[in-house]
Amino acid sequence: MYRLSGVTKEYGHGAVHALRGVSLEVPDGGWLAVRGPTGQGKSTLLQIMGGLDRPTGGTVELEGRDLGRLSETAVTRVRARLIGFVFQAFNLIPTLSATENVETALAPLGVRGAERRRRAAGALAAVGLADRAGHLPAELSGGQQQRVAIARALVKEPAVLLADEPTGNLDEDTRDDIIALLERVWRERHLTMVVVTHDSVVAARAQRTGLMRDGQLTLARTSPDVGTVRPWTDAAGQQGN
Amino acid sequence: MFWTYLRRELRRRIRQAAFIALGLALGIGLVITVTSAATGVQNAQAAVLHSLYGVGTDLTVTQPPKQGAGSGLSFGFKQQIKQVRSGQIAAGTKINDNELENTQYGTLTAAQLAGVSRQQHVTAATGALSLTDVTVTGTVPAIIAGQGASSFSSSFTSNTFTVDGVGVAHSSPGPLSSATVTAGRNFSQADATSDVALADSGYATAEKLKTGSTVDVGNTSFKIIGIVSVPQGGTPPDLYIPLAKAQQIGATGSARLTNQVNTIYVSADSAANIPAVQQELTRLLPFATVTDASNLASQVTGSVGSAASLADNLGKWLSVAVLVAAFGLAILLTMAAVARRVREFGTLKALGWRSRRIVGQVVGESLVIGIAGGAAGVALGFAGAALIDKLAPKLSAVVGAPSGSTAFPGVTGKLAQQVSSAGAHTVYVTLTAPVTLSAIVLAVVLAVAGGLLAGMFGGWRAARLRPAAALAKVE
Repeated sequence: MYRLSGVTKEYGHGAVHALRGVSLEVPDGGWLAVRGPTGQGKSTLLQIMGGLDRPTGGTVELEGRDLGRLSETAVTRVRARLIGFVFQAFNLIPTLSATENVETALAPLGVRGAERRRRAAGALAAVGLADRAGHLPAELSGGQQQRVAIARALVKEPAVLLADEPTGNLDEDTRDDIIALLERVWRERHLTMVVVTHDSVVAARAQRTGLMRDGQLTLARTSPDVGTVRPWTDAAGQQGN
Repeated sequence: MFWTYLRRELRRRIRQAAFIALGLALGIGLVITVTSAATGVQNAQAAVLHSLYGVGTDLTVTQPPKQGAGSGLSFGFKQQIKQVRSGQIAAGTKINDNELENTQYGTLTAAQLAGVSRQQHVTAATGALSLTDVTVTGTVPAIIAGQGASSFSSSFTSNTFTVDGVGVAHSSPGPLSSATVTAGRNFSQADATSDVALADSGYATAEKLKTGSTVDVGNTSFKIIGIVSVPQGGTPPDLYIPLAKAQQIGATGSARLTNQVNTIYVSADSAANIPAVQQELTRLLPFATVTDASNLASQVTGSVGSAASLADNLGKWLSVAVLVAAFGLAILLTMAAVARRVREFGTLKALGWRSRRIVGQVVGESLVIGIAGGAAGVALGFAGAALIDKLAPKLSAVVGAPSGSTAFPGVTGKLAQQVSSAGAHTVYVTLTAPVTLSAIVLAVVLAVAGGLLAGMFGGWRAARLRPAAALAKVE
């Protein structure tokens, strides 16, 4: 479970307040979409939740551990084991094939050659790209590259999936495919998922939606579309507005 | 994963990698070529010195001449001019004077030789005489008022050749120790007081001498019993005669050389003890000159010396400059490559790659480039050395008359030049550039160092990346 308490993030010695006291709880298996215009702190929030950056103030607990207080080595280990990332620009390594890109997520876990390749192949098959395993990113479409990125995020069977504008660079049809894929894996694997998006269609698929404005997060009600498959226990943390 | 990623990344920036490797190759190739050339020059110098010394000689002992040595020469022309003026010698008298003279050094006694051989760490000490045979022929001219010695001496011609008086025991050290008998035979114990001689092969060819020929040395007829040759680069005397005969017929001015030598050749028990032996001998003979190979090397002039200076100074510093430039280029280009991969490294960090794994990747890439540059540098070095072997002209080595030599006072003009030049030798040696194992090892070390240095700078940059900042970079 994620628990954020009074998280702030400042840049330039207080010149920029990217986050202003965000408090939030995401239960195990919950799916939160964070919406808002550009420059309101959505990606900053995601980076702090993923341990890619440290908050200026407040606490960010993942499974009871405050990521802001862990050493760099410990945070890196948490990312390696527990957190999968999906980025807007896919962020695939251009010189590695689809399989090898997926393998990069297993390398820090000490998974060796044959096992690594087997699991990477399985992850690619799960996202429908078994026939593109040997292709370089430049030889794949945007949608295919994002599927490889999703396979890379999921191959290590993380507890959390953090996606920053996963459909931002995709056309409508591909966007629908990708979001459908994300929903499927969320259901099948009981992931805790946080998706940053400016797209209301994407946000509507999540259990809960948070609106980010000027560094503050306001949570909306449980999404009716998801229904009671896995109800989200409403926790304290809603920002009063 | 490591090797796959490394291979693919180097292939992606093959041109930049090749550029860096080429820079390293040029620097390393130059270092090898200069090192090989310096080794070749050292070998050339050593060949000259080796032949100068002979095999087994670690040190030589000579003595500066006493003041006024040589002043009793009977063909001191100032004296002869006086004799003509006073009527002691008539104008028109034919002169045919042949003398075997000690022109270079002062003398050392048998007791001094024995003292040298008794020193600690001295395994052998051999005495010899390095002499010059001078024959002056001509007709005494009439004296014209105001005529000086130089116009008087122009009435005479001279012929000189060098003669070494050596022990007949075939032992090393000594001037004959590096010689090979190519015709006839060497000295034997029975020849100790005989009028027999060995001729240097070059001199024998020039003078059409063979075994059985006779030659006049110091007004004594000697029979050639053998022809000898020394290794290339040597400066042998023209003739060798038994030491006892040289002591009998040779002179320093008018003083005979009975029981005297003018050079002592010394062998030490090990190379490490040569300095100690040198010190002992200097203490034993405080007025003598004790030289080892490095001392003698400083007396070798000619283009060998110039080549040595060129290799040592210009060559060394040029190599260092090119190498520093190559290393600097490698570092800058590696850091630039890391800068272009900021988002890539940020992504890997997001995936859980630790900084040291990423640094290891960067260092590995640089090391491979460095090793490739090193291999190419070794090849370039071999090519440079081969080029030197093919194109290098023969180098000259001039060993001037060493300290302690003297010209004849009162002898001037052309005759003086001929007599004093008998003490200086010019030899020609072929410059080679052998690539030694140490040069190759140096190349490998430089290649690895270049790769590591570039990788460490690039890796340091990669390690400092904050994942969030790195991911925010727009490529």
